[in-house]
Amino acid sequence: MANVPADLKYVASHEWIRVEADGTVTVGITDFAQEALGDVVFVELPEVGADVEADADCAVVESVKAASDIYAPLSGKIIAVNEDLVDAPEKVNEDPYGEAWFFKMELANAADLDGLMDADAYSAACEG
Amino acid sequence: MAKRTALYDKHIEANGKMVDFAGWDMPVNYGSQIEEHNAVRTNAGMFDVSHMTIIDVMGSDSTDYLQKLLANDVARLQEKGKALYSGMLNQDGGVIDDLIVYKADGGYRVVVNSATRAKDLEWLQSHRPAFDNLTLTERPELAMVAVQGPNAIARVKQAKPECEVAVDGLKVFQGRPLADWFFARTGYTGEDGLEIMVPEAEVAAFWQALLNVGVQPCGLGARDTLRLEAGMNLYGNDMDESISPLQANMAWTVAWEPADRQFVGRDALEAEKAAGVANKLVGLVLEGRGIMRSHQKVIVEGVGEGEVTSGTFSPTLECSIAMARVPVATGDSCLVDIRGKQIPARVVKLPFVRNGKKVYEG
Repeated sequence: MANVPADLKYVASHEWIRVEADGTVTVGITDFAQEALGDVVFVELPEVGADVEADADCAVVESVKAASDIYAPLSGKIIAVNEDLVDAPEKVNEDPYGEAWFFKMELANAADLDGLMDADAYSAACEG
Repeated sequence: MAKRTALYDKHIEANGKMVDFAGWDMPVNYGSQIEEHNAVRTNAGMFDVSHMTIIDVMGSDSTDYLQKLLANDVARLQEKGKALYSGMLNQDGGVIDDLIVYKADGGYRVVVNSATRAKDLEWLQSHRPAFDNLTLTERPELAMVAVQGPNAIARVKQAKPECEVAVDGLKVFQGRPLADWFFARTGYTGEDGLEIMVPEAEVAAFWQALLNVGVQPCGLGARDTLRLEAGMNLYGNDMDESISPLQANMAWTVAWEPADRQFVGRDALEAEKAAGVANKLVGLVLEGRGIMRSHQKVIVEGVGEGEVTSGTFSPTLECSIAMARVPVATGDSCLVDIRGKQIPARVVKLPFVRNGKKVYEG
């Protein structure tokens, strides 16, 4: 079974969201998503400083098999991207919740966090 | 419900991730597609290809019949067991399917793609009435396993020692029967190896024996990256009924001689040749970042446009490679439109990889 850490938030498009102490969020893709993709071989990241809308595609992950968009889970500004993934995309398979974070965001509206799924809701969505 | 091969339980046991492929429940990988790919390039891997369709074409008219239906000439098969790769064309010269035909006792054995089975059988049947002494028999009771890689033949002999008499001395593109089994030195990976037809009741034990001597099970994912590196066409991607073999890197499979052999599609191919063939199928190696995928647009400056027919990440070369159909005047470089960005690519002669090594120039 896919690993779904209880301390993270989720969206149906298989991104996870971690709320940091300073109110910013870190975003990556879930274990379920990396498992479905297979061996990841290419990652394209958003521009630092870009304003993104919730549900807009802002990054790309490609496995040997297929390309898949990564969506901004919430509206806000990209404040950091994980450049290490560009040279080591396989980390997405190895450590999806740790070393393989994709980008960090400053949220336009912190109240948007209330609309995200918790681990139980996401697990149920994956099984459905 | 999707059909299952006799090896279905073996795939589940080995944690195969099952997907639908032309109505069959088949493993796409057993964990890591890249590890499976590399096992074939460096050691030995095995594929369940039991979903492919085996048809025995028998009778004294079988040679005339296949000389009519295939663009390649079965008369080239002098020795029993020798194999030939051919396109089967429609009247317009488009490829209905690509197939392998083996010379057998009293006729031929033909192996066609599973995705095209129904239309192939219909086409084969529709040309049958013109021939008196001819039988077509499908052989669904035969499973098929491809064992591929530099150590593949040694591992097969280890797993089934009694097959040595059939396998030893087998030339490339040649097969030999052993009781109800058939061993052919053919494949779809660019490596040495065998494709083995096995009675369904015996195939699970054979698969287990191969596992026991260290042969890596490989799924459809690795099969695709291996064949693409080897520059081998995938029906439905790289050619179909709207594409002639002359535009699919299959000109070498068209037997023009003898000139009076009227195979189906010949007139259309001759007209195409006389008018000048418009496009060619080439290899692309991406020079920038990204992964080429089928249907992406190819731009050849000053010449025109083409299209990627198959694209992937090459585990052996560690960059993106593709096959693309481009105008014949295309030189050694082009641009590929990847999600709106034009990324430069080098045009190379296929294949990319043979026997574990990069073979294209540059």
